[in-house]
Amino acid sequence: MSRPILEAKNLRVAFNGVKAADGASIAIHDGEFLAIIGPNGSGKTTLLNICTGYIRPISGSVLLDGNDITRMSPRAIARRGVARAFQIPQLFSAQRVIDNMMLALAAKDGLWTVIRPLETAERRDEAKALLELVGLDGDTDRISSTLPEGHRKLLDIAVALALKPRLLLLDEPTSGVSALERFPLMEALMSALRQRRITALFVEHDMDVVARYASRVLVWNAGNIMAEGRPDEVFGNAQVRERVVGVA
Amino acid sequence: MRIILAAAAVVMLAALAFAAPWLQFVLTLAIAKGFAALGVAVLLRAGLISIGHAMFFAASAYGAAFLARAGINDLGLLLILSVLVSALIGAIAGSFLVRYRAIFFAMLNLAVSMVFYALCAKLYGVTGGTDGLPVPIPAVFGIVFAEPVFKSILFYLSLTLMVLVGLAVHRYLDSPLGHALSAVHSNEIRLEYLGIPVWAVLLIAYTISAALAGLGGSIAGFAIGRVVPDFAFWTASGHLVLIAVLGGIGGVPGAFIGALFLELLHSAAVTVTDAWNMFVGITLIVVIMFMPQGIYGLFERKEAQSS
Repeated sequence: MSRPILEAKNLRVAFNGVKAADGASIAIHDGEFLAIIGPNGSGKTTLLNICTGYIRPISGSVLLDGNDITRMSPRAIARRGVARAFQIPQLFSAQRVIDNMMLALAAKDGLWTVIRPLETAERRDEAKALLELVGLDGDTDRISSTLPEGHRKLLDIAVALALKPRLLLLDEPTSGVSALERFPLMEALMSALRQRRITALFVEHDMDVVARYASRVLVWNAGNIMAEGRPDEVFGNAQVRERVVGVA
Repeated sequence: MRIILAAAAVVMLAALAFAAPWLQFVLTLAIAKGFAALGVAVLLRAGLISIGHAMFFAASAYGAAFLARAGINDLGLLLILSVLVSALIGAIAGSFLVRYRAIFFAMLNLAVSMVFYALCAKLYGVTGGTDGLPVPIPAVFGIVFAEPVFKSILFYLSLTLMVLVGLAVHRYLDSPLGHALSAVHSNEIRLEYLGIPVWAVLLIAYTISAALAGLGGSIAGFAIGRVVPDFAFWTASGHLVLIAVLGGIGGVPGAFIGALFLELLHSAAVTVTDAWNMFVGITLIVVIMFMPQGIYGLFERKEAQSS
């Protein structure tokens, strides 16, 4: 297997004595779509927070392409090609959907121009194409705070995609999305990831989504990895079925 | 439509000042305060309220007085250098002030400006104390004009600068950097995850806002012919916030509309009663209750309805 894009080694994090990571290590390789599943409160989101520089572990390290990013800020890690979509969408609520997208595109292109306006024909087309991809092309001029929760979630993902990342971290991409929209969204997302050769790691509670789309599954429980492997292997594990799938 | 209205307003101001030269002083002061209020409005876009921007207004006027005393006697050069002085002070103060938010940002700006005020008032040997310093009439392209002519030139120059600087600020606010500034108010976490340094976005905005306040201050210094510590007093900073809110922060013209409205209201009210502040207070209550987007918001609403 190729060298991992992202490696987290021997991570230890605790909140008020509760261990969110207890010496666990993970690695994600180029082209993978790695799912992380586990009970609520097991530390899955904390893992994403560590990998994106939002939380610093007590010990352990995070490597991106072999370079230590453990102490870097989310901004510095984002500029190295790691984008994130959040469990609770993080949007510019007072701005239009298209402005959220164009600002993300501008952030990638280089923000430091005061000569050109944010809205250029090229940027607008690119933003619209991404919005169409996630099914939000009918909402381009709406103020993002007026979107239903599921659409806010989709916009959050589209904003992350606009950064043209090499690695995308998704925290429960289908939560808040209606059952009817869930699989079309995942199909669109997978298509975008393949087209743009984006490696992805996603935390997910919907086991149907995980079984259908993940190339590898990692089961996180009480700060440790309980099981790891292909979806059929992991879901065939009796311990996982009893302790994770049953409660997920 | 908005451009036609703005152009008509500028032409009307120019014609008004031509027809009634006694209004030139009031209008020049209004434009000067409009620049400073625009600086405050820039920061308001990021949700940051500065109750200390009169410091930059005063710093620039003092800068013009010191530079004139040092032998620089050209209006253009004095304006540029005094604005650079306020921008430099803005960059230095901003480098630590932009780390704070909400009430802490407002209070720290107030505190820094009051330290500046105290220095201006107490360092008599340098600043002239509460008497202040004279800002002499400078030459314009090498020619020294009589006071009435200079005041007319200053007014038309201020009007021209209002258009040019206004367009430049509009361009900045419409740029990715300007949109990032507004986004600070919405979601700093997302900005960081887009790889955008919030600190740098705010520091640039703070420096621009200080420069705008400085431009207003030096114009006011030339118009009045003197700079005193009261230029930096906290009530003057509050006055700038009042103008920005009254005019509206939805667009660049808001600050100038607010300043013109308030100066003209003040000029009219003082002829009727000493309690002119009461008129201003009532006006502010009416605007906040019925026009939350300020006076400029009315134009925007009308335009949205007609489109």
